[in-house]
Amino acid sequence: MTLTRDGGSLFSANMAGTLRLIVYLALASVLMVLDHRGHWLAKVRYSAAVVVEPIYRLAGLPAEGMRVARVAFANRKQLTEDNRQLRVDLLLANARLNHMAAVSRQNKRLKKLLDTRRKLGMKVQLARVIDIDLGAFRNRLTLDVGARQGVKVGQVVIDAHGIMGQVIEVLPSTCMVMLVTDPTHAIPVTDARTGMRTMAYGSHQPGRLRLPTIPVSADVRVGDRLISSGLGGRFPPGFPVGTVTHVEPQVSGMFLTARARPAADLDRSGEVLLLRDLAPPAGPPSPVRKVGPPVSLKPGGARAGAEPRP
Amino acid sequence: MNRQRMRTIVFWSTVVLSLLLMLLPVPDVLVAFKPYWPALVLIYWTLESVDYVKLGTAFAIGLAADVIDGFLLGDQALRLAVVAFLVIRFRSRLRFFPMWQQSLAVLALLLNDRVIELALRSFSGFALPPLTFWGAPFVGAAVWPFVFLLLDDVRARLRAHEA
Repeated sequence: MTLTRDGGSLFSANMAGTLRLIVYLALASVLMVLDHRGHWLAKVRYSAAVVVEPIYRLAGLPAEGMRVARVAFANRKQLTEDNRQLRVDLLLANARLNHMAAVSRQNKRLKKLLDTRRKLGMKVQLARVIDIDLGAFRNRLTLDVGARQGVKVGQVVIDAHGIMGQVIEVLPSTCMVMLVTDPTHAIPVTDARTGMRTMAYGSHQPGRLRLPTIPVSADVRVGDRLISSGLGGRFPPGFPVGTVTHVEPQVSGMFLTARARPAADLDRSGEVLLLRDLAPPAGPPSPVRKVGPPVSLKPGGARAGAEPRP
Repeated sequence: MNRQRMRTIVFWSTVVLSLLLMLLPVPDVLVAFKPYWPALVLIYWTLESVDYVKLGTAFAIGLAADVIDGFLLGDQALRLAVVAFLVIRFRSRLRFFPMWQQSLAVLALLLNDRVIELALRSFSGFALPPLTFWGAPFVGAAVWPFVFLLLDDVRARLRAHEA
């Protein structure tokens, strides 16, 4: 009696559970299709920014804490060492201090120089990297500037050594950057030595670019520097992208493939620069004006023998 | 504060903690081996009590995870709903497994989760992930006993606190 009742309720519970699962699966599928079509996720994320951004900052805290602790620890070590040295040899310590002062003055001078150079160059915006992990197989960065600071999708991110990537998603005060090494990223490049143009794609291995479509006849050697070609209008021309580390013919023999190491310090940069000036969009040319004989010459037109259109 | 409310708070704080753990940066080498924390926490609570986790809860947690870190809205919602469904279905058996068997079951759940993720990824046109993609479930199964004991301890303390 009990057994049958239990069995019966278990069975119906199972049925209800399965039905519910099917409903949720369908719901999820609908959401995914809608998102795939209409890119809802970015919009939802933007409107949920009040909740999402603190979570990003919170998740970045341990890394920040580690950094602070490392700095504190390093300073302490240095102080202890200085102290010991002072006790052992006051003179030497003084000499070191003088030397340090000189270096610091030099540092200040160099910094000023750098600043002026930056002012002369392109308009840039400094941004800090929030160290969080967005998925294992995507090469993304999160920066601490966003729509409120005037960041737009498509802005190019560089560091002192070269191009890092581009902004793909903007929240009110953070933004996401797709790195050049992301498997779904491609950037038009030029070989600085020969001027050959090709595309550099990201790859699954961190810190590696793929150049799968180099003509067999092209002259590409290990050590060639790749710079952005500016084609396509997204990236400005002339910025270092990478260095060729490996060249081999493709299995099919139709192309050469090369591997390159990105020029930018993708995994070490704490601060990056956002290029302010977006390159002009290089879309298709505007439609041509209507050409041909003037309408007035149409057989049976209103005015015969009118002057041709200017 | 009554008991029910306390339990709800503990449940949701562990869920939020698992979402934070999901975002926590780790060295490059270990990135691929990071266990799927929300699933582990969800499995624990589903095993412990049917009151906490219904399919809808799992779906909602998945949606939140998607908004925070997902490539498609609904991806993790679907995966977590499937995980919760399987655990609810086999709950009476899983609960009385010894720990190593439970770990194996968790491994199977996480591997199944990876298969679903792979399918969703390929539907939305992502490239095939490298082999290390399959490493995370094993790490997840390996940390499962610790997750289980830790959360069990939290719950026991809570109960002692109330008594």
